[in-house]
Amino acid sequence: MRFVFKTSYNQDIQLFRDKVDMGWYVALAIGVLALPFLLSSYSVGETSWVFIYGICGVSLMTLVGYTGLVSLGHAAFLGIGAYAHAYFLERGVPWIGSVALAVIITTACGFVVGLPALRMSGIYLAIATLSFAVIIQEVFSRWESVTHGFAGMPVGPPVIFGVSFADAREFYYLCLFFLVIVLWVTRNLLRAPTGRAWIAIRDSEIAAQSMGVHLALYKSMAFAYSAGVMGLAGALFAHKIAYLAPDIFTILLSIQFLLLVIVGGLGSLHGAVLGAIFVALLPPAIAILRDSVPDTLADLSTSTGIGLFHIVGDALGGFFKKPGVEAGVFGLILVLVILLEPFGMYGRWLKIRLFFSTFPLYKRDSFKRQKSYMKTERLR
Amino acid sequence: MAVGCIYGLVALGFVLIYKATELVNFAQGDLLMLGAFVCYMAVVWWGLDYWLAFLIAVVTIAAFGALLDVVVLRRVIGQPQFAVVMLTIGLGSIFRTFASVTWGSEIYTLTTPFGGVWQLGGITISHQYLSIIVGTLVLCGALYAFFNFTRIGVAMQATSQNQLAAYYMGIPVKRIFSLIWAISAGVATAAGVLLAPVTLIDINMGLAVALKAFAAAVLGGFGSIPGALLGGIIIGLIELFSGATLPDGFKDTMPYIVLLIVLAVRPQGLFGKLGRKKV
Repeated sequence: MRFVFKTSYNQDIQLFRDKVDMGWYVALAIGVLALPFLLSSYSVGETSWVFIYGICGVSLMTLVGYTGLVSLGHAAFLGIGAYAHAYFLERGVPWIGSVALAVIITTACGFVVGLPALRMSGIYLAIATLSFAVIIQEVFSRWESVTHGFAGMPVGPPVIFGVSFADAREFYYLCLFFLVIVLWVTRNLLRAPTGRAWIAIRDSEIAAQSMGVHLALYKSMAFAYSAGVMGLAGALFAHKIAYLAPDIFTILLSIQFLLLVIVGGLGSLHGAVLGAIFVALLPPAIAILRDSVPDTLADLSTSTGIGLFHIVGDALGGFFKKPGVEAGVFGLILVLVILLEPFGMYGRWLKIRLFFSTFPLYKRDSFKRQKSYMKTERLR
Repeated sequence: MAVGCIYGLVALGFVLIYKATELVNFAQGDLLMLGAFVCYMAVVWWGLDYWLAFLIAVVTIAAFGALLDVVVLRRVIGQPQFAVVMLTIGLGSIFRTFASVTWGSEIYTLTTPFGGVWQLGGITISHQYLSIIVGTLVLCGALYAFFNFTRIGVAMQATSQNQLAAYYMGIPVKRIFSLIWAISAGVATAAGVLLAPVTLIDINMGLAVALKAFAAAVLGGFGSIPGALLGGIIIGLIELFSGATLPDGFKDTMPYIVLLIVLAVRPQGLFGKLGRKKV
């Protein structure tokens, strides 16, 4: 187990804990940069979903995980970003300018939504953001002069300063670049007074208020920032799916984002990225279970002569071919995560890490939470 | 009006659970869907009488609700509300998958004994809609009587007001919770069966209703039973009139617009109580 001997207060808030930590991140960066050369073009395309979802995850993590405000309508911000970006591109605005405008518009929308949200909390806030999302979705389908309604809106590959990012690998690096920027900015915000104020609001509004945190200011700031990041993700999302239609940005997408932050682990940026890996790679994994695995098992069965493989393969394929199974698998994982590991994948990783760093002396109770009684949320 | 009653009933289910256990059950709409399917199965596949099937559906789903509480939801009491919301969303999507695997994604029709129409001074009311309104009234009356005049009902009220104090008074809080879940699931089923002839039965019938009902519950102020019913009826009426008078597209969004305005003015809903937490 490593102990960091702290000699200055700044060590508490520096980006990396120590040189070893930094080394791991550098290794990770090299790995991620080298990845496109190891994978097929299709897999690279799937992996850039991870980065887009990662940006969405960071956005929602700042709001839900750090400020404690629940939003069931973040798909609307994603949609606003995507449509704004596509609209400005159509009008001939250069790519960088278009992204900047999309981010500014979503930030403004987030701020406006945040204003009535200041007085609400918990379930009321969730339903208010949900209503906002439903209304925005209707706007997407009705405001045809801008969004082309259900006819859809094609979005070409990004062209930045004359350089086209049409190839999957090039787009991968573009998404990666923006994810790193977003992570860096968010991390910096979180270790600055702003982020501390957000965390204070999450833990206790009253305590934060009495410490001099301006609740209205910081809550709307969190909403605006979260929406702005979502807008950026929306711009990349628009390029990735290449064809915008209003029925993409439904409440189910918002729920998927919430799933992302919960499965990843609430209250950590690592969790946002881990959750993004999970959410982006689960559908391809299910597709493999549906298509390839039964075939492989069938081959195995004929080559080894064991009929069991065939039966298992057929059952798997048959089950995953049924419509709507994907949502059920997502739901099941969500339920299991909340019941068994409330801190998500990142929490589990922390436990595993502690287990190995303190090897024979690991105590299960290190992470045991204080027994919680029902605390009323009616009073706030 | 009739659809509003359904929203009210589902909202009532939300509020019952919320009042007692502080959990928000997003799977309410999917319980409604399951209930409608069970009733359909009993009527069409087993050829039972409509009323018997109704009863079977309510009892089955109520038992299922109690089981759900014992197995899953009891463990998350005390966790942040948000986690519970997500948990029930997850449960809801499991139910939908279960339904689509068991019953397929076709749309079913349920025939009811309410076929005719009723003339009332020039207004024609079909018996189906009337059955929904009457069913809602009967259920509400029964629940009102239950909560006010029976021992268990009063115990439930006590539990919802102060869990710890109720526990000290010798009320079996855990059992009360399961019972509340059972009642709430039963109410959802009743709503589902009453709604079935109007919207037809398919796996997504619950989701749309639940969202509107949720809006209704919030509109009325979460935690207020008359508020939930009134909220449901208001949402139903808004939907009706905006569908009839406003341009296309407002039918589905108008309830939410009204909800946003109400929440902006009165963040606690129409009948909600708002208190400040003491430190």
